[in-house]
Amino acid sequence: MPVVEKSIKLPVIRIEPPHKWQGIDWQELKHYSDLFFFLVWRDIKVLYAQTVLGFTWAVLNPLIQLVIFTIIFGRVAKIDTGDVPYALFSSVAVIPWTYMAGAMVASSQSLVSSQGMLGKVYFPRIIFPITPILSKLVDFAISLLLLIAILGYYGVSPTFQLLYIPIFIVMMMLIPVSVGLWLSSLAIRFRDVRFAMSFFISMLMYSAPIVYSAAAIPEEYRLIYSFNPIVGVIEGYRASLLGAEVPWQYIVPGMITTFVLLFGGVLYFRRMERVIVDVI
Amino acid sequence: MNNANLAVQVEGLSKVYRLGVNEQKADNMSSMIYAMLKNPINNLKKYRALYDFSDVEISDENVFERTVRDAFWAIHDISFDVKPGEALGIVGSNGAGKSTLLKVLSRITPPTSGKAVLRGRLNSLLEVGTGFHPELTGRENVFLNGSVLGMRRKEIEAKFDEIVDFSGVEQFLDTPVKRYSSGMRVRLAFAVAAHLEPEILIVDEVLAVGDAEFQRKCLSKMENSGEMGQTILFVSHNMPAISRLCDRVILLRDGQLVMDGPTSSVLSAYLAHERSVRTQSQWDDPATAPAGDVIRMRSVRVCDDSGYGGPNFDIRKELGVELEYEILKPGFSIMPSFSIWSDEGTNIGVAIDQDLEWRGKPREVGVYRSTGWIPGNLLAEGIFSLNVILWTMDPVRRMEFKLEEVATFQVADSLEGDSARGEFQGDLPGLIRPALRWTTEIEKNVGAT
Repeated sequence: MPVVEKSIKLPVIRIEPPHKWQGIDWQELKHYSDLFFFLVWRDIKVLYAQTVLGFTWAVLNPLIQLVIFTIIFGRVAKIDTGDVPYALFSSVAVIPWTYMAGAMVASSQSLVSSQGMLGKVYFPRIIFPITPILSKLVDFAISLLLLIAILGYYGVSPTFQLLYIPIFIVMMMLIPVSVGLWLSSLAIRFRDVRFAMSFFISMLMYSAPIVYSAAAIPEEYRLIYSFNPIVGVIEGYRASLLGAEVPWQYIVPGMITTFVLLFGGVLYFRRMERVIVDVI
Repeated sequence: MNNANLAVQVEGLSKVYRLGVNEQKADNMSSMIYAMLKNPINNLKKYRALYDFSDVEISDENVFERTVRDAFWAIHDISFDVKPGEALGIVGSNGAGKSTLLKVLSRITPPTSGKAVLRGRLNSLLEVGTGFHPELTGRENVFLNGSVLGMRRKEIEAKFDEIVDFSGVEQFLDTPVKRYSSGMRVRLAFAVAAHLEPEILIVDEVLAVGDAEFQRKCLSKMENSGEMGQTILFVSHNMPAISRLCDRVILLRDGQLVMDGPTSSVLSAYLAHERSVRTQSQWDDPATAPAGDVIRMRSVRVCDDSGYGGPNFDIRKELGVELEYEILKPGFSIMPSFSIWSDEGTNIGVAIDQDLEWRGKPREVGVYRSTGWIPGNLLAEGIFSLNVILWTMDPVRRMEFKLEEVATFQVADSLEGDSARGEFQGDLPGLIRPALRWTTEIEKNVGAT
């Protein structure tokens, strides 16, 4: 490696006490894109290591949940789902929900579970909470097979409403990112987050129209209700998969919440980032 | 030198840690919520304390303090520059702030004040094998670890064969790393690290892991990289390695930079102050000085022929062991002697004063100074200590007194090529390292028909 060759242009790293509020350094993230890729890939490879069923779990998980919901809420509690069979009604919700719940849990624990790495090497910390959002997509993709099978079983054919689905997939990913940004840095300081997480997840689940229909919420509360971003995602999936009119009144408030959460999450994360290593 | 040409510029770098801030308040969320309801302003203040250290500045009054109230200055006001291609050693006893300094320079934790500018791609090795996952195979971990260390995928692919070769674990490349022995894991991790090619490399005491043979391999790899224009910041307790590798050394003590200079003089100061390596012992008070019937010791001192008192000596230099003593009774012939001991407690040899001018001759009362010269290029690198015994012959040999470890010194080898190691770079074992005379003969046309 001749010295002359390097004198062309060297990157300059400045180390200074951090500014109070910072956004995302996209340039730097781009430089670390390979690492990002390898971390996602590691998550995927390691997830089902030493299991017998392997990726079957990605189908089994939502399937078991679906069976339980169908028996309890469909048969026993006889929840009103209009003219849609209960199993179909809940499957279009359970599958995106399983993804969101899994991604939220993994993302919120991401910093705590990689604290060994945090103290030893530098790379943009924001990669940690984002990694599980992508790696969990593999599970989601596999569980879509289950969804397609169920849709086929009930003879649902795709309509033009399906064109809206990318919007809901993006929202489905952004919600766990924003929750993860807040909770992962909080979890470093308060290990309580891990224990509170299971309550938080089931609270979220019952606050969204997963086992019941959003129509069951009284008219006057619907606007407030739909500020819960999960409501919009679930109702959006349901409408576009089952070929109903997309209920924007449920979706737009949720989008607002998502963007506020996401924007705040980035700022909060970047602010906490600098004390993370000192507090571990 | 123009500032823009420096590889590393550190100006007034400080890092403060709050002691006990998180213990005080972060036990669990419910108690935090309770406390927050009780006293929101106080809590906000405490929370701010994690970022804001203006209340614990080191001022003129407490300049010698390291802990101000609940804040601990891990490093304080550190400044130094490193030129491109220079290898800088960082030494100091445990807790002096070496690791914090490296963590700040590696961007793992931000400084509280001051700044640093690093020009060039930076890699820091505070640990080998960061990001290794036991369930992944050796091959997969090379890619993962390489990317964690900041290598691009293409770079790793290009160097993959070389890395595997260096590690010597090619048969197990597709075995999960959890089935590796710990030695194999370290070798693989190190192989990745050794193939980084940044302009600036920060290395913590990572050489402490791995077997001796492999450590040697890595050290010589690092020495080579210094020659290729790489700037190295190196923390180690391995003094011979620092002497060989570094052109310059900085010494940290209690979070402050106390010395910055050529390797040999800084190492001398470090050995003398932090490791209590003393090249001399002196007894000023006759009442407590070691003494026998005839002789009383005054001092023992090691220095080289230029009078330099160490404790870090150049391997090529002759070292004088000077014994100063007083003869209290006339008419005895005496025999000064000393023995040299290695750090591990091996006796390397005994030296007895054989100067014919004095040997076997009765001496008169007075203060004497006898110096035994240890030839240059005799002792290997390392720390040595001296035992001194003085004998009287009256006429039967009788020991006056024995002094153990009265002086300690370090011998360091440079890489200038004219010592016994020549151009050889790695660690050399052994307690002695004489520069032998070598001859080679060639017989031409033997068996050529």
